[in-house]
Amino acid sequence: MAANNSKAGQTDKCASVHVRRVIAYIVLILISFLCLFWFYVLFINATRSNAELGGGFTPVPSNHFIENWTNLKNGTLPIFNGMLNSLIISVLTATLATYFSTMTAYAIHAYQFKAKKFMFTFILMVMMIPTQVTALGFIQLIGKMGLDNTAIPLIVPAIASPAVFFYMKQYMDSTLPLSLIEAARIDGSGEFKTFNQIVLPLMKPAIAVQAIFSFVASWNNYFTPALVLHEDKKKTLPILIAQLRAADWLKFDMGQVYMMIAFSIFPVIIVYLILSRHIVSGVTLGSVKG
Amino acid sequence: MNKKSKVVRYNKWGYIFLIPFIVTYVVFQLVPLVSTVYNSFFENYRSGLTQIGPNFVGLQNYVTIIQNGDLPTYFANTMIMWVMCFVPQIIISLLLGAWFTDPSLRLKCQQFFKTVIYLPNLIMASAFAMLFFTLFADSGPINSMLMQIGVLDEAYKFMSNVWSVRTLIATMNCLMWFGNTTILLMAGMMGIDTSLFEAAQVDGATATQIFYRITLPLLKPILVYVMITSLIGGLQLFDVPQILTNGTGDPMRSSMTLIMYLNKHLYSKNFGLGGALSVILFIVTGILSLIVYKITVKEED
Repeated sequence: MAANNSKAGQTDKCASVHVRRVIAYIVLILISFLCLFWFYVLFINATRSNAELGGGFTPVPSNHFIENWTNLKNGTLPIFNGMLNSLIISVLTATLATYFSTMTAYAIHAYQFKAKKFMFTFILMVMMIPTQVTALGFIQLIGKMGLDNTAIPLIVPAIASPAVFFYMKQYMDSTLPLSLIEAARIDGSGEFKTFNQIVLPLMKPAIAVQAIFSFVASWNNYFTPALVLHEDKKKTLPILIAQLRAADWLKFDMGQVYMMIAFSIFPVIIVYLILSRHIVSGVTLGSVKG
Repeated sequence: MNKKSKVVRYNKWGYIFLIPFIVTYVVFQLVPLVSTVYNSFFENYRSGLTQIGPNFVGLQNYVTIIQNGDLPTYFANTMIMWVMCFVPQIIISLLLGAWFTDPSLRLKCQQFFKTVIYLPNLIMASAFAMLFFTLFADSGPINSMLMQIGVLDEAYKFMSNVWSVRTLIATMNCLMWFGNTTILLMAGMMGIDTSLFEAAQVDGATATQIFYRITLPLLKPILVYVMITSLIGGLQLFDVPQILTNGTGDPMRSSMTLIMYLNKHLYSKNFGLGGALSVILFIVTGILSLIVYKITVKEED
């Protein structure tokens, strides 16, 4: 009797798992569709001419991709400059942020000194403070320093990136044994050399993940660059997008507008798809442990 | 004796390695913070071609900015859009997280789904907003699609209706952040001792019961963490509404956020009111950050 009951319960459970699995797949496919749909439409529309775009939406790509691209390239927006500026600023930001955050984390991780605990607590506390609330003083400061309308105030502050620091510290706690540093000392390696030649290579996986995140954050940043950069030639892509929005956009060739948006979005998507495995698994490491 | 002095000699390197961080932080964060606070006590703006101030006015800027009625409105706008974004986001994330971590479901293609849901997080917010602006324009593809399949008879003016603009902003932010939240919650769920689930299953608990009685209560710290960090992010809402509405916050400034308001003061060089607004935002985010810090440290121990 009891055996019978539990068997019935078993089949019941199997059926319910099956139903739940079907529901899960349907919802997941629906959500994936919602995530990808916009980029699909963007891609389609970037391949269509202004006249075709005026005639309503079709789900098949057209053949004006190259034409839109040439028109955009020869148009009034300095997109190549924008791309180059964005690229330079983002690469340098990512480099400085990862190198110096690793160094800061190493200082806290490997040495015993009086202010150690205070510094760690301090960095954790300021980690969440947004840059916007100090933007006013920041703008005045760079004005006084004569750095207005240059890329320097967008790059150098990355040396102090509390969130990157926190990630590096977490990673060191789990992978960098102090005995290794001790061994390097016995071999006569100087502290700076140990950091550069032993610690940095060991931190490569974490550095890669954070380099990507810092790069993307800087690439996408709009608030600060818009306040700092004024000259057309120095502007980054997000500012050019904002300019496109502020212009009388109905007069624009819509094919070019879509091409411009695609031009700012798709490079990041392609890089992401290549590296996605590392990025997705890297997200959690720097946050609270469950 | 000799050994001890050697250790001390090594440990001074702790300070040396901290120098770049400290110098950069002080110059580009602390000094600006202090001067922002300092500015908030002065009347300092341009009225036409004449420069007014800077004159010391004490707390007058704070009184002005709170009493002229804009701040409460913009704060409410920001909060409304945050709630509209956060509620669906946390529900979807909990659901997906529970499914991904449920061993009895054994979902296939997990890596693919995780890659897809995280993707919008890396998109340039301003380009994404520009994309939505063109897609939802009166003569844009969404309207033409809806008319082609017969849902609408004439184009719906998405950009001229208070709630449709707010919904678009909330949707974009939700899309951009639910993947990130899902992955954080999943990490929390995977950290739960599996023997608890097994014990519950042996006792005959259903999947729903397990979720409400075991997963949710054990997930509480990480849920609070996600909520507060999302709230801090929500208060910074800027790129999407700024680009979508071209900085106007229209219709009738119903989608104007706090940072857009701050941005306006920064552009018009009204440093007094801008400073007061910054300080208020600093205090609010500071309090929220302290809560996050407390949670993080507790988890660390």
